[in-house]
Amino acid sequence: MTDLINPPLTGNGAHGTSVIDIIEHREHAEHGPTGILKWLTSTDHKVIGMSYMITSLVLFYMAGIMALVMRLQLATPNSSLVSFAQYNELFTMHGSLMLYLFAGPFAFGGLANYIVPLQVGAPDMAFPRLNALSYWLYLSGSITMMMGFLVAGGAASFGWVAYAPLSNATNSPGAGGDIWIMALVLTGFSAIFTGVNLVATIFYLRAPGLTMFRMPIFTWNMLVTAILILIAFPVLTAALVMLFCDRHFGTHIYSVQGGGSPILWQNLFWFFGHPEVYILALPYFGIVTEVIPVFSRKPVFGYKGMVFATLSIAALSTGVWAHHMFTTGLVLLPFFSLLSLLIAVPTGIKFFNWIGTMWRGEIQFSTAMLFSIGFLFAFLMGGVTGVMLASPPIDFFTHDTYFVVAHFHQVLFGTAVFAGFAGLYYWYPKFFGRTLREHLGKWHFWLMFIGFWVTFMPQYIVGLLGMPRRVAVYPSYLGWQSYNIISTVGAFIIAASFAVLLWNLWISWRKPVVCGDNPWDAHTLEWFTTSPPPHHNYSHLPPIRSERPTWDYNHPEAPAVGHGEGREPHRRDKVTVGQ
Amino acid sequence: MRIEALVLIGVAIFFGIVGAVYWFTSYEDGGTMMLVGTCLLGLLPGSYYYWWHRRMGDRPEDRPDATVEDGAGEIATFPGSSIWPFVLGMGAFMLVLAFAFGMWFFFPAVGLILTALVGVTAESRRGGHV
Repeated sequence: MTDLINPPLTGNGAHGTSVIDIIEHREHAEHGPTGILKWLTSTDHKVIGMSYMITSLVLFYMAGIMALVMRLQLATPNSSLVSFAQYNELFTMHGSLMLYLFAGPFAFGGLANYIVPLQVGAPDMAFPRLNALSYWLYLSGSITMMMGFLVAGGAASFGWVAYAPLSNATNSPGAGGDIWIMALVLTGFSAIFTGVNLVATIFYLRAPGLTMFRMPIFTWNMLVTAILILIAFPVLTAALVMLFCDRHFGTHIYSVQGGGSPILWQNLFWFFGHPEVYILALPYFGIVTEVIPVFSRKPVFGYKGMVFATLSIAALSTGVWAHHMFTTGLVLLPFFSLLSLLIAVPTGIKFFNWIGTMWRGEIQFSTAMLFSIGFLFAFLMGGVTGVMLASPPIDFFTHDTYFVVAHFHQVLFGTAVFAGFAGLYYWYPKFFGRTLREHLGKWHFWLMFIGFWVTFMPQYIVGLLGMPRRVAVYPSYLGWQSYNIISTVGAFIIAASFAVLLWNLWISWRKPVVCGDNPWDAHTLEWFTTSPPPHHNYSHLPPIRSERPTWDYNHPEAPAVGHGEGREPHRRDKVTVGQ
Repeated sequence: MRIEALVLIGVAIFFGIVGAVYWFTSYEDGGTMMLVGTCLLGLLPGSYYYWWHRRMGDRPEDRPDATVEDGAGEIATFPGSSIWPFVLGMGAFMLVLAFAFGMWFFFPAVGLILTALVGVTAESRRGGHV
């Protein structure tokens, strides 16, 4: 069954032409399958995106519970809450779930899937069936990974980085490791397919007049993320297949005995692994860049600077993989240190532009805006310690300590969690035509913000005191306990904030507050259609003359100016606030 | 199409330069191969897009003054719903389980994958607009 899509007609505010199209699509939807079969067979990017988001949030909660168990274990020295083997499984699966199955898929499978076709004015993703396949591969990969806990010998326990030779058949026997490898092969293909789909959608399905430099920054960032996925994930999948061959087919690609090289695994893994960090960060930068202008009542400051900063971050991130390998003594320290330090420049441009966007704006401290500002603080702290770690002398001293743990948790928590939930609060009305409860959202934010600092700041100190990563117990005489207790308390404050989120989702679902199509008076094209959008998204489109077509349409008295035309638009925008 | 092509060609140029610098400063072959591969990843589709840009000029989505009517005509064909991605996904699921648990998963896996490939092809042909 196929739909032949004709382009949406332009409208003048009245929904004259649009109603017919929407009715046709609804009739079509009614003739299709219903119930669970409708979900199984859907190729609608909105259904697939929502499935991605729900699945990844479930996995996020699971990984969060693993984190709580680990923090409880570390709260006291020589604790025996879990065994050493169980602790190894816990930190491996916590990292794998958070990085491979939550942070990436939530952004490029969930939010991007839902939002990018809407932002470019497309009826669907370019390859809807491939999109559905991506989801099924992701879901089956996630189930495969969780199956590790059910097999004899337990789940994978070699860390989310699976260093050779620890991950070979001798040191990590059993099905757990194999299951982990296969789960990542599945989700790797899923990510590659989504990447192809996003690139094709953005290149080929944009609305007339929506030039590349009028695309919303979120879409730009997703394009760059998709290119990074296409650079990084094939390397990971190939490395995993070779690891599997080493484990089962007698090859010696990563073993010294057979003439192979364990360092090759690290090279391949980090050639994936460092771009992966930016695959997890760039979409969230995009979310923040959508939220801040809307709640500052201004266009984004330095649009082209943002785009070029994104491109620079992505390019540099692919040339810095061996800064994870400084202590191997086998990498070119000046090259990787210089490129790593350079990443601070485009990131600094982004910070400057985010602050510039807020500067003299009429800031509304909605929940989404609070989470975005929280992101700025969290990511700044993680980023500054990242610059420190890019310097080899500091890295030699702190490598494999809790200093590094605190650094990357602040970076990833800042992006995937703070900015991710900014996106959830911001686009929830788009998904359902209802809002989440703002006051509960603020409780969620403040608990999480406090919990974040309480959890991770002591880890920097305890790392500098010498506490290594991935240890289940530590002696009591080293003075590490007090810091660990504070960190554990912080983790439970974060957990409380996520209980508030669950309550918010529940109460907002049970007692909906209907909010209309564009409750934030937002700028970009996705807010032009109804909330939730109809099948195939648009019945009519506005003329697109800037990067803020919906704003231009709703505020003809103060349209956004095209870039480079030399006028400061925000003063006139301020006049229109509240209209 | 020009900006799209230039983004990808930019990827190729950047990684070409970085790859050359990396090789002549480290002589490490693993990383160099990956950088050269990344350069090609940008170069091949980038030059293809640029070639198309030269052939067909600006599309309505490339012109800042285009109106919605300029994009009139058929956009593309989109499947309304399809069971085959699910079947193919479950086939892939069983295939990886075969590698982890044993070869008895292999036969249903191949069966599902072949069924799905035939099914999806037939569905595309029936639709008439591929």
